[in-house]
Amino acid sequence: MAVGPRAIEVAGLARPGRLARLHEWWEREHVFGYGLILPALVLLVCLVAYPFFMAIYFSLSDYWVGSPGEFVGFDNFRAILANDVFHRTVWNSFVFTTIAVTLKTVLGVWLALLLARNLRFKRLIRGAVLLPWVIPTALSTLGWWWMFDSLYSVVNWTAIRLGIFDPPGPNWLGVTGYAMTAVISVNVWRGLPFFAITVLAGLVAIPREYYEAAEVDGAGSWHRFWHVTLPLLKPVIAVVTLFSTIFTFSDFNIVYILTRGGPVNTTHLFATLAYQVGLTGGNLGQGAAISLFLFPMLALVVFLQLRWIRKD
Amino acid sequence: MASVQSRGARIRSAAFGYSNVAPFVFFALFPFYFMLVTSLKPDTELYDLKAVPFLVQTGVIDDHYTFLFKKSDFATWMLNSLIVSVVATAVSLAISILAGYSLARLRFPGVNSFGTAVFITYLVPPTLLFLPLSQVVVWLGISDTIWSLIVTYPTFLVPFSTWLLMGYFRTIPKEVEECALVDGASRAQTLLRIVLPMAIPGIVCATLFGFTLTWNEYIYALTFVSQTANKTAVVGVTADLIRGDIYYWGSLMAGAVLASVPIVIVYVLFLDYYVSGLTAGAVKG
Repeated sequence: MAVGPRAIEVAGLARPGRLARLHEWWEREHVFGYGLILPALVLLVCLVAYPFFMAIYFSLSDYWVGSPGEFVGFDNFRAILANDVFHRTVWNSFVFTTIAVTLKTVLGVWLALLLARNLRFKRLIRGAVLLPWVIPTALSTLGWWWMFDSLYSVVNWTAIRLGIFDPPGPNWLGVTGYAMTAVISVNVWRGLPFFAITVLAGLVAIPREYYEAAEVDGAGSWHRFWHVTLPLLKPVIAVVTLFSTIFTFSDFNIVYILTRGGPVNTTHLFATLAYQVGLTGGNLGQGAAISLFLFPMLALVVFLQLRWIRKD
Repeated sequence: MASVQSRGARIRSAAFGYSNVAPFVFFALFPFYFMLVTSLKPDTELYDLKAVPFLVQTGVIDDHYTFLFKKSDFATWMLNSLIVSVVATAVSLAISILAGYSLARLRFPGVNSFGTAVFITYLVPPTLLFLPLSQVVVWLGISDTIWSLIVTYPTFLVPFSTWLLMGYFRTIPKEVEECALVDGASRAQTLLRIVLPMAIPGIVCATLFGFTLTWNEYIYALTFVSQTANKTAVVGVTADLIRGDIYYWGSLMAGAVLASVPIVIVYVLFLDYYVSGLTAGAVKG
């Protein structure tokens, strides 16, 4: 007896209609997989990859706010590389990044070791230490700006009374070396919690047996730190340092609010200079060219991170 | 061979711990304390060089706070920040859950390259792309509105949340999913009813960080929006409360304190999630 399509339908064995075929197609692992990443892919292509190529195009053209310019080849780069302010910015960026990241690493490891101790109010202490990382940086930097005020600085008020500075004390944000010190201090203040908490997680993961073995061998606490703790923390420290390097190098908020790159451009970083040239000055072409100088650092960090992840 | 410490050694060790942690806690908290104190002081005391800056001596006042609500657009800025943070976080979360699950769990050609691409975009600093993006929002016709932020914030939230969630999805045993699929559940049902409930800690974490990162975002909000009424709290306070060379330090600090309050509340309620998320995802620092 021939079974007609009707019978199949009645029996609930739906004929492979369009909808069913679509459903079956959608259930395939690779179709479903591509389907789920599609929204993210569209977003990243349109709003990350495309703007990145636009930045390259801008940097090669005479593009001003409101007037798309013509292709000018490497003129913008030539102009930048001949500019003293840019030279100063390159120097500043390396000084700022090197000192800030070094301080954050050393103090971060030290703070992590302290936080790992069995102190009472442990949770409260961790909560307090992490706070600078959570509060909007732009707003807390306003607080630091006020603390470094040329006339009413609380830092100077205290230091003068402790006999560290002669009155009236340094004009923190108005004098070359002091301004860089101030900017680095705020960056360290803000970034330290990230180091401490991440290194702490690495520290907690070290099996106790290692320490016990070292103790049996009669190793002192410094010895234990140097030969047991530090080597085991190396991967965590490497990852955190790489992360911090790219985001310290590309910092904007702290410098923009505290000094706007001054005095006489001695605290300008790539991001603040790009903002000043590209938006305040309206020269989008040159601004984009300046911000593209962040790219080699990004590429280096990505390369090292990926190598590290593959190794794990 | 547990080392038994004497009472004296224990006390010495604790004293060492506290006395070394104390400077860090002081360093971390003092700026916030000082901002709060400043916001509660009358101007006469604020600009008196002889007064002790650490305390309010001539009486606590709320003038600086009332100034924010009566003479500035502070309330509007807070509302803008809230809308932008909630919408951008929700949209990014939806996109990231799908992408994170796919990249962590499904096998298809190119899955590893996509994972790497997400990781690379996660490392791209916003300061690299703000200039071209400022033109993109002009072309989209959303420049100078809060939409410019709602549309662009997912560019840093999605890579971050996807990366974070991938880690959480990987911890869910594969057998659970396989059972559901064998029982006849569709893939979408498996994701929605089986996997998602198990990934809730990760989703909470991604939500918290999403809200924090968007609320705190500065350079896009500063660049794309110039109308006072459309600014976010962070930009409104830093840009519009400062006029010329005269600084209204009292109201400026009051604005900085109040605009941080939503983040502080969320932070206090979910402290442990922040700590675990920070270590799980190695968040942008």
